[in-house]
Amino acid sequence: MGCGASRLEPGEDIPPGLLPFRRRLQELKRSRTEESRRRRRERKDSIVSTTELLRPEERDADDFETTEEEISRAVAEKMTVRDALNSAIDEEMAADPKVFLMGEEVGEYQGAYKVSRGLLDKYGPERVRDTPITEAGFTGIGVGAAYYGLKPVVEFMTFNFSMQAIDQIINSAAKSNYMSGGQISVPIVFRGPNGAAAGVAAQHSHCYAAWYASCPGLKVLSPYSSEDARGMLKAAIRDPDPVIFLENEILYGESFPVSADVLDSNFCLPIGKAMIEREGKHVTITAFSKMVGYALKAAEILSKDGISAEIINLRSIRPLDRDTINASVRKTNRLVTVEEGFPQHGVGAEICAVVVEESFEYLDAPVERIAGADVPMPYAPNLERLAVPQVEDIVRAAKRACYRSVPMAAAA
Amino acid sequence: MSLIIGHARTAAARLLRRSPASILLRRDSPEAPALGRRPVRRMGTARVGESVSTAYEECSDQVLDFPGGKVSFIPEMRFLSESLGERIGCYRVLDDNGQTVSGSTFHEVSKEVAMKMYRHMVTLQVMDTILYEAQRQGRISFYVTSTGEEAINIASAAALSNEDLVFPQYREPGVLLWRGFTLQEIANQCFGNKEDYGKGRQMPIHYGSKKLNYFTVSSPIGTQLPQAVGAAYSLKMDGKNACAVTYFGDGGTSQGDFHAALNFAAVMEAPVIFFCRNNGWAISTPTTEQFRSDGVVIRGQAYGIRSIRVDGNDALAVYSAIHAAREMAVGETRPILVEALTYRVGHHSTSDDSTKYRPIDEIEHWKSARDPISRYRKWIQRNGWWCDAAESELRNSVRKELLQAIQVAERVQKPPLEELFKDVYDVVPSNLKEQEKLLLQSVKKHPGDYPADVPV
Ligand SMILES: Cc1ncc(C[n+]2csc(CCOP(=O)(O)OP(=O)(O)O)c2C)c(N)n1
Ligand SMILES: [Mg+2]
Repeated sequence: MGCGASRLEPGEDIPPGLLPFRRRLQELKRSRTEESRRRRRERKDSIVSTTELLRPEERDADDFETTEEEISRAVAEKMTVRDALNSAIDEEMAADPKVFLMGEEVGEYQGAYKVSRGLLDKYGPERVRDTPITEAGFTGIGVGAAYYGLKPVVEFMTFNFSMQAIDQIINSAAKSNYMSGGQISVPIVFRGPNGAAAGVAAQHSHCYAAWYASCPGLKVLSPYSSEDARGMLKAAIRDPDPVIFLENEILYGESFPVSADVLDSNFCLPIGKAMIEREGKHVTITAFSKMVGYALKAAEILSKDGISAEIINLRSIRPLDRDTINASVRKTNRLVTVEEGFPQHGVGAEICAVVVEESFEYLDAPVERIAGADVPMPYAPNLERLAVPQVEDIVRAAKRACYRSVPMAAAA
Repeated sequence: MSLIIGHARTAAARLLRRSPASILLRRDSPEAPALGRRPVRRMGTARVGESVSTAYEECSDQVLDFPGGKVSFIPEMRFLSESLGERIGCYRVLDDNGQTVSGSTFHEVSKEVAMKMYRHMVTLQVMDTILYEAQRQGRISFYVTSTGEEAINIASAAALSNEDLVFPQYREPGVLLWRGFTLQEIANQCFGNKEDYGKGRQMPIHYGSKKLNYFTVSSPIGTQLPQAVGAAYSLKMDGKNACAVTYFGDGGTSQGDFHAALNFAAVMEAPVIFFCRNNGWAISTPTTEQFRSDGVVIRGQAYGIRSIRVDGNDALAVYSAIHAAREMAVGETRPILVEALTYRVGHHSTSDDSTKYRPIDEIEHWKSARDPISRYRKWIQRNGWWCDAAESELRNSVRKELLQAIQVAERVQKPPLEELFKDVYDVVPSNLKEQEKLLLQSVKKHPGDYPADVPV
């Protein structure tokens, strides 16, 4: 995975969303350096830290403890997923002149969901390109640009409209490196909202995670939190392969706490690694994107009934982090998969297979698969609600899984 | 039937290669044509045959006999210009004062049709104002107005026959109103209740009516164009006295589907009217960033399609142009391209604020000075068909009717649970029956976990 250092230095070209955080950090850093200087003087230590940013590995252990604590205080700050995505694109554009953004309404309009806010002003129309309404066309243009050294970030207004461009993505972007014997790589990112929002029915609500994840040559990421969004988008842009980056409209406006590390322009998450959002003992719940939040809520409710759920945020759908999933199931012996997409051939189906293949003998209950109903998304709010997973569905499934064989309440 | 056609065509092509004369014979032979009512002409090829035969005879140095006709050789190296220099003219009948432009040719409209047109334009305008407001109040999730494009909506619909198949984009609900879709039916769709023909499955404004030959609005831009060509081809095969009509925006012309549709329609000689509403904007993208041609009309010629540019805010011009277009499309089984110049006076949709990307003066200018409804009103008033009292009565009654319809639509039950699983397939398959059963059980067992407004 290509996760090279970004050239963005603190203080220069800070994306608008990051300014308040940076300011806090700088204040913090100043007081921290003074404090550590004072302590070093006391210790008669002549080494003065030259660390520009708060990178744990470059601090000595003594400093580490105090600053870590201070940082966590400082970053009781929050950042929206929108700002996280915006700052990730911004920093990568600042660091690498080959990166450019393209799509309908990304420039003047600042993005259909304002994810590209401020970028046109900063980088100009050559690098923030508004396109005509031709998904097949601009996807092809992006793929061609990637063949010859540029690193396009292509925004779809929604992944539903990527269907107009599916041939370019599958037959060209995903396969060219292989077909050319490794001579032609395709460093491109396709990003945009995916899956259900609210009240936008069948042609704006489809989840394409399973579709793209079934195609070799593609990497498929789906962030949940602001940390995910920043770290994974930066990783996607730096990656030499085509990456499908599935965002969620509902999450754009949601705020998450972010640590100083996450705000560092060098921050980057590994592709192919899941994240354990909450540790637990009794049941493993896998989810991605918006459903991670639902799973966490479900875990909260379950804990009141004495069930301790382990929540895995998949982050990367392809490659899938089989190790993390299997390790967790071997510990909890029970599995619930959650996704908004359709059940058949879905992400849950794949996870189920992964666990059956590698941890079959550890399972104490049948796997519970929570997915969207097997129907196109209806508009009427009452039917829409029935068509997508709810927190209560997860709670009930986890209880079914837990009470099914050894009844835990009794065993405990 | 289509098999026979395919056969005839390849046979014709083979014949052409052998002897141009024989195909001419064959065209006249009794067994060749007669598809449906009108004989289907396969002239594209035959005409080529004719020209080829004469070209062979002349066999000159100056002329190349080439499929499609003679091409003369020229000594100069001459690139075609990227533009004609002067822009293609725009057909207009009514001037800004609602007076007919002297010398203009147009299709006469009876008083009855003229008045029906006016009433419907006003209905559309009032409907947009109220439903836009309903979205703002959070009663529906989404809305799109046709403000400024009322003449396009209504006058084009008036010039069509109700048998003509309409493939809309989304800014043409006036066509449906014209065909008799009621305000109650509109409200039922927007509120997604159980009376909605789409059973609450599509977003607001995605109307459709099989009875009224109006294909349900589909969200992805441009897909309706090749579909209209396919439908037109089917009309042609069945020998129907009708055409397909597809509406789309300036933005829609950027999709590959636009190009495929025009090309295929020309080659297949499909009776289809392509109606482009060039309203200057595709959300925030101005047409200068959408294309660099002289708009859309010019492209018809490149595909071999007869085309016209018309003032979209002039109801009489739109009516006349579509009337003529339909005669040609149906009578001669051929595609026609119409580009109506207009302006999207409203925001793109309820998710948009267009003052962020275009000058308010521009919007105001089109809203007041170029309003299609007031221009047309001047004309009917000049004819002595309308007065101020009638105007306020009309507006009041539409308003009342719609407010009433909204109240009713809001009160009608939402679609029942079983509708979640119906119509995914013609017959509900066993896995969906199973899912429905499980969901029902679950709702009964845990009523607190589910919304109360799901009739089970
Ligand atoms: C394939 C596809 N891409 C993008 C969109 C998002 N979108 C909806 S309307 C629209 C603009 C269409 O503009 P135009 O065709 O000019 O029609 P107008 O809104 O002006 O009537 C866009 C880009 C879509 N619906 N479908
Ligand atoms: Mg437009």
